[in-house]
Formats: sequence, C-alpha cells, structure tokens
Amino acid sequence: MAYPYRHPDEVRLLSEYFGDPEARTLEGWRRRGGYRAWEKALGMDPAQIVEEVKKSGLRGRGGAGFPTGVKWSFMPQKPTKPHYLLCNADESEPGTFKDRELIRWTPHQVLEGCLLGAYAIRAQHCYIYIRGEYMEVAQILARAIEEVYEAGLAGENVLGSGVTVHLTLHLGAGAYICGEETGLMNSLEGRRGEPRVKPPYPAVAGYFGCPTTINNVETLANVPHIVLHGGEWYRQWGTEKSPGTKLFCVSGHVRRPGNYEMPLGYPFRKFVEEVCGGTPSGAPIKAVIPGGSSVPILAAEELDIGMDYESIAAAGSMLGAGSVIVMDARTNLVPPVRRMVEFYAHESCGQCTPCREGTAWAAKILRRIERGEGTEDDLQTLLDVSENMTGRTICVLSDSAAAPIVSSIQKFREDYLAYMRRPTLAGAGA
Amino acid sequence: MSDTVRCTIDGLTVEVPKGTTILEAAARAGIDVPHYCYHPALSAPAQCRICLVEVEGVAKLVPACVTAVADGAVVRTESDAALAARKGVMEFLLINHPLDCPVCDQSGECGLQDYAYEEGRKFGRLKEPKRVIGRDDFGGDVLFEGDRCILCTRCVRFMREIARDERLAVVQRGDRNTIDTFFDRGLEGSLWAGNVVDICPVGALLSKDFLHKARAWDLDRVPSVCPSCSHGCNIRLEVRDNQVMRLKPRPNPEVNSYWMCDVGRFNYRWLNRQDRLEAPLVRQGERLLATTWSVALNDLVERLRGRRGGAMLVSPLLSNEDLGAARRLADALGFQALGFRVAEGPEEALPGWSKLKLRRERAANVEGARRLGFVRWGGADGRGGLERLQGPVVVIVGDELGDADVAWAPQAELVIVVGPVLSAPLRQRVDFALPATTFAEMEGTFTNAEGRVQRFWPALVPPGMARPSWQILGVLLAGLIGAPVPASAADAFALLGDVCRDFAGFRYDDLGPWGRILPQPAAIEA
Repeated sequence: MAYPYRHPDEVRLLSEYFGDPEARTLEGWRRRGGYRAWEKALGMDPAQIVEEVKKSGLRGRGGAGFPTGVKWSFMPQKPTKPHYLLCNADESEPGTFKDRELIRWTPHQVLEGCLLGAYAIRAQHCYIYIRGEYMEVAQILARAIEEVYEAGLAGENVLGSGVTVHLTLHLGAGAYICGEETGLMNSLEGRRGEPRVKPPYPAVAGYFGCPTTINNVETLANVPHIVLHGGEWYRQWGTEKSPGTKLFCVSGHVRRPGNYEMPLGYPFRKFVEEVCGGTPSGAPIKAVIPGGSSVPILAAEELDIGMDYESIAAAGSMLGAGSVIVMDARTNLVPPVRRMVEFYAHESCGQCTPCREGTAWAAKILRRIERGEGTEDDLQTLLDVSENMTGRTICVLSDSAAAPIVSSIQKFREDYLAYMRRPTLAGAGA
Repeated sequence: MSDTVRCTIDGLTVEVPKGTTILEAAARAGIDVPHYCYHPALSAPAQCRICLVEVEGVAKLVPACVTAVADGAVVRTESDAALAARKGVMEFLLINHPLDCPVCDQSGECGLQDYAYEEGRKFGRLKEPKRVIGRDDFGGDVLFEGDRCILCTRCVRFMREIARDERLAVVQRGDRNTIDTFFDRGLEGSLWAGNVVDICPVGALLSKDFLHKARAWDLDRVPSVCPSCSHGCNIRLEVRDNQVMRLKPRPNPEVNSYWMCDVGRFNYRWLNRQDRLEAPLVRQGERLLATTWSVALNDLVERLRGRRGGAMLVSPLLSNEDLGAARRLADALGFQALGFRVAEGPEEALPGWSKLKLRRERAANVEGARRLGFVRWGGADGRGGLERLQGPVVVIVGDELGDADVAWAPQAELVIVVGPVLSAPLRQRVDFALPATTFAEMEGTFTNAEGRVQRFWPALVPPGMARPSWQILGVLLAGLIGAPVPASAADAFALLGDVCRDFAGFRYDDLGPWGRILPQPAAIEA
C-alpha cells in the first residue's frame, strides 16, 4: 500500500497506516493496536495521563507549539462545572492538510486521542469541530464515532469503568477564524465566530463559561502512543525542546508534495531537497514558508536549520502547523504574498480595527503594485500598515497577514521593484 | 487594604477598587484615554483598539478598557508606543470613512473628529477607492449611514444587553462588515431604539427627526427633566433660535442611567408652539383686552376681594413651586375642590436596566401635585371631571382644557386661567387669562413617581409677557393676603414646606445633581 510517497528517513508514528483503508474501521484499527491505550488509561488516574504527556514534552501541533501536558494541567483538579475538550479539526491555514489525512486514514487514532484527552482533563464531553469543507473526512469521522459508541468505547460508563466521555462532531460553516480557539468556542456556542479577549483563558472560562481545553487533531493523535509507551519513549525522536515526530505538509515547487512524518529537528534543506525531491524545474529554491501562510517567509540561504520549534523561531519564523510551501527561483513573491494577504482580508472577522482595515488595505496596495501602479513609497506604507497590524489585536490573524508582507519586503524587495519598473500603458505611450 | 490597588498612570498615583480597569482608573485621575467601543453601561469587547496603552513590564500594549489595573502597575497612556498605536488605529478608522463632516449631523460632537484632531495624521495615504456600504433605513427614527460606521458595535450591544431586543447585528466579515437589521424587522416599534443614535460615537446612526435640522455647535444644551411621564428621566433640552431641536438623555445613575424612551424623546414640539398667550387678558363685556401685569393683577385682586369658595384645576406639568403657590391661593380663597388630570398609557420597563420605566401616568409632576394636595379628576384619557369646576371662583392653572367644547360654561362668577395657551373653550368664558411659562422657560423642580425632587433650568426665552405661574400666583397672594412675594424659584421652593410637610427641610441648593427623595407622604389628615 504505497501512500503517495514514503521516504526512509520518515518516522511513521502517526502516519503508518495512511493509505490503508482497513485502518479506518474499528475492527481494522483494533487489529493494528487501536484502543489499547484507552483501555489502559481507564485504569489510570487522569493526573497520571497528564503527567505522562508532560513528560513526553509533546507540544501543540496546531501552530502555537504550547506544551500539551502543561496546558492540561491548567484545568481545575476538582471540577465544579462541566469540563470540555474541544478537538480543533478546523484546519484552514493555507498550505496545511495534515489533519485531513489523519482523520481520513486513521479516524480512530484521532478519536482515541480525544477520549484520552477528555479523560485526562476530567471532561465528559469532547466536541470535534471540523472544517465545513471537509465533507468527505467528516463522513469518515462520523462513521467512526458511530462504531466507537456501538463498541461501548465512548458514551456513558465506558467498558463498565464508570467513566463517561461523549463525542460530538460539529461542522464549521467555512471561516478560517473559527480555527482560532476562542473563535471556535464562540462558533460552537452558536455565536458569531469572533475571537474572545483573553483573559479569561479557556481553562478558566471557555465553552459556555466552563473550563475548556482546545487541542489540535495531530496533538491528540499523539496521545494514545504516549499513554501506551510512556513519555520517555516519545522523547527518542526530536530535540530536547521539540520531542517527537511531526507531520509536514509540503506544497509548492517540489517534485513530491504531500505529508511527511519527520522526527522534529530534521535538517530543513535536506528535507526539501531530498525527501521532497527538490524543485521540479531544477531551478534553485528561492523561498520557503516553513509553517503555513501566517509565518514569516524564509529565504533559501536560511534553510540550514533543524525543523523544530526553537530552531525555526531562532531563524525568525515559526514551525506553525508544519505547512511547508516551497517556491523556486523563477517565482516572484509578490503574487503569492498578495494572494495570502487577500485570504486574510477575506477571513478577518473584522471586529478589531487594525485587522479589519489593515488586511483589506494591504491587499489593495498589493493588487495595485501587481498591476504595475505601485511606487517605492507603497513599500513603506505596507511596512507601516503591517507594523500597525502587529500585536495590536485580540487574536493573531492580523499579525499573520503582516508576517508575509514584512518578510517578503525585507528579503525580496527586488521582486516588488520588478513590478515598479514595468512600463505602464501610459508610460509606453499607448 | 486588599480591596484597593494603587497604580501610577502618566505619573499620577491613583488608588482604585480592585478590578477597576485602566480606562476607568485613568478617568478618575482626569486622564481621558481615547475609546470608541467602550461605553460605561455596556460590555467591553475591546475591539476598536484605540485605547491601547503601555504597562511597564508587559510586552504588548494592552486595551485599557478591559485590563484591570494591577497593584503597583505603571501605566503610560502617552508613551511613544501608545501614541503610535493610536495614530495607527486612527488612520485605519479614517481610510474608509467618507470624511463628509460638512454634511454630517454628528459633526461637532463626533468621537472620530475629536480624536482625529488629537491623534490623527495630516494626510491620508489610501490611494485606492474607499469601501462603499451605503445607507439604510433601520426603521423607527433611525437612519444608518454605513460608510461612516466604525463598527464599534455599541448599538448592537445596547439592543442586546439593555433593550434585550436583538434587532441589530454585525453581518459579513472583514472590511465588508456592517451593521444590519434582521431581514425585514427593523427598529420600528422599539421603545428604546432612539438610544442607539445617542451612543453612536460617529455619524453612522442618525435621528430622522433631527436630520439636518441644526449643527451641533449651534445648539444650546440645558439640563432638564423629561416631562412626558412620571419617571423623570434626566435630559438635555437642545435649543437653537429659541426652538427645542431635540431631547437627549442626561446620565443619572439613580433614575435613568444613560437612557430615555422614545415617547419622551420625541414629545417636545409642544414647547415650540407659536399660539401662546403673550399678555394678560381681562374681560370687558364680550371682549378680552390685553393689558399690563399691574393692571390685570390689581383688577383681579379687587374682583377676588370678598369672594370665597370655588374650585381649582391644575396641570401635572407644573413645577412644584407652581403647584405650591396654586395650593396657597386655593387655601386663601377657601376652595373645596382641587384637582388635576393626567393621561395614562401602558407602562414599559427597560429590560436591561429595569429601574427605568415609561410610567403609566404621562406627566412629570403627578407626584408633586398629589403631595401638594391635589386629587385626580377625570379618566385615563386625561379628560373629564370638568363638572367639578364650579363655585364662586374657578381657577385653572396650566390645564388647557382641550377636551371642553366651546359651549363649556362652568357655574362660576369668576373664571381665572393661568397658563401658556388659551384654548377656544376657555376664551369664551374666561374673565382673566394670565400668560404663564412652560417648564422649558423657567427654573424649577418636578417630583417623580418615587418622590425624587429634581431640578430643571430655563432653556427658552418665554413669549411676550409670560411669567412663571408661581410668580403670577405669588403676586396675587401678596395682594390678597399680604404674603411675601418669592423673588426666585428657590424662594418659591422654600415655601413648599408650609404647604406639605414632606418638603420641610429640603433646600433647593441641596437637591444635588441627582435629585433627592422626599420622605414617605405624611398620613392623610382627616
């Protein structure tokens, strides 16, 4: 079963059964070791699970990279209100398609992670908020949830243990901002999907004012393995600060785009040039977006780093969701940056002034530059607008839109100037 | 003291209760942190981002409107970073704003103008066309100018949190965001919708009633009390060229918070009537002749001498001072029947601030009239009861008698009218008609339904020779029984204690900005 392409350097902890339709069924998944961690956990104290995940050093795979065990430990130890686990499957970051594959091929891996996570934070209900466009994937997951209930692995009194964990699938309606954790909660509550002011943090007052934890699909998918084998075992891959493996979704100018599960810290240049096969045109790499469209762009010469949270941060960007977009030397950065900024302008919820106005304005300027009507003054305006959009809003969508603008102007100013040298129709005497 | 925290804001030390936001703490120190979405009576979404300030030791700028001050915090509202952020937000707010101040009603009282002058850039940098949203009729009195809207959502939150009648919402996303009503249901029929115009910091929500009627800087604003029901909402009469242009609520945390109802808001045109009684009129046979005050009052004193008994009808729109003087005159003349009439309507409370109600009795000083010894005549429509107006002398103060027909003729030897207008039925029968001011043309007090005595101030110049009723009646009493003439509303107020013990010990100057509540009415004496 050859899932599009596999590389020997991959460590397939999560992706072992990608491409294997049998793994989708409960029976097939159990034959592959599924739900053993859940059965084991039912005999453990929730605090032990939190401890084990803390020990593993697992960091949130949704983008921010916050240590999962620490996040769980923020939840009250003695519940006075219902606790909730929200599984964030609203994967919407341009360039990201790992959660889709996790759910498509291994829905039970994700569900087992949900059950374990819910139990660890003493929640009796886990909502899985899935991106509305993921219809096919949502149907697979819905079927898997039915199977889990039928087998008594979820619901009231799981396997006679007295533990209750419900699983509910909820489809989003097509808004990037509902993947932001507080926007997701608002959307799930039936409100307008707008991020909330923090504090209060979700662990204090989240979903309907109750203590809530929001975890990414990939984060939760790691948990069964950690519970089964222990936190120490998980640390055999990755770096001290970024243990484990990570799914990288590669798109753009590479011979073999797709999902690759690499140990964190893997050499970035080697990853692009060897694992992904380099550029199809044979032209050298020009730029790489390491973690989805919301992170600063890296120039090719910055690629001699490890693919882990701290190394990419040291290089001035972010690992994000592990969404690698590669651009070769024939690419002018202006159109892709314009496209990304248009995306953020479209997806801004619009509640904060800097984001609502800044994203749309920046998109207008970039469109004008692309039409050949820009001047160098516009670059300064773009940088000013970006500065006024950064760190000034409730959530970081605004910062995300500014990141590619600033990094592209700083590193690829020539690309902008190329559009400015292009003669306009008037200039050509037409 | 663990209940309070001390912090430093722009170098000033402020001590405030725990949980106080930076914006409120700064306000206590006299520092205005610019804000749009924040309103003291509404939840704070922290979304306009103009109130960002710097807190020492905190990496990011924080929104002052939702950040509680920490003990020992050092806050800088005017640091380079805070000013730069504000300037940035101002620029963002203005790029798509039409800047049509010359034709905008909000101009002169606009938060966008004010902060743009203080914080803004000289020149705009937007080279592209502005976003166009257009305008919409939101129903009721409210017009929406979408292009001017800065999406602070105060109106949405007012309807949700205070009116508890969600009729407005933000629709769309990003820079296409706009405020809209739900499908075909707008603000029409909402008793409280007018408040969204007041709290809109820019010219996006406008009053159709006030549309292009006056520029804000041409208005004189006079503190007053709403006359339209017995709740006594604090208001401002906004006046140009001696005409009331609109009423606006004036905050009073004890009475109406920041709000008023639309029934009160739009009931002001009667203050601008042009058919006013302007000179004292004295009957000469079939005719009423205009004369001077001294002639009219001397003549009236002579005519009253030796007459005793009769009836008096007053209006519950008279001030306490007017009613006190009327009561003293009635006592001096030995009247048996003292009445007032008031129209009723359904009571409706403001759900999110239920202390505020549009009261059943639709006049400002019903309680004052009761306390000063007048009883209610007639029905819930404010009509009827006129058969009680009989006796040797009949005095009508303030009541226009709009419901009497022209054949109305009380059983009386002498009919005296003191009031702002002389309606046709009164004109037929009256012997003396004395021109009085409305509450908008004089100083005085009303007593609201809970017994709160509240002051109002003169906003209009009275027509012709019109005088406050307390003054007219005071001069009459001086002529009749030698009582001293009160020289001011304060003097007239001081005399109320003689008429009704509830007022004893109340001083005009002690009423304070929020009024004072009278003690429970003294037991009715047999």
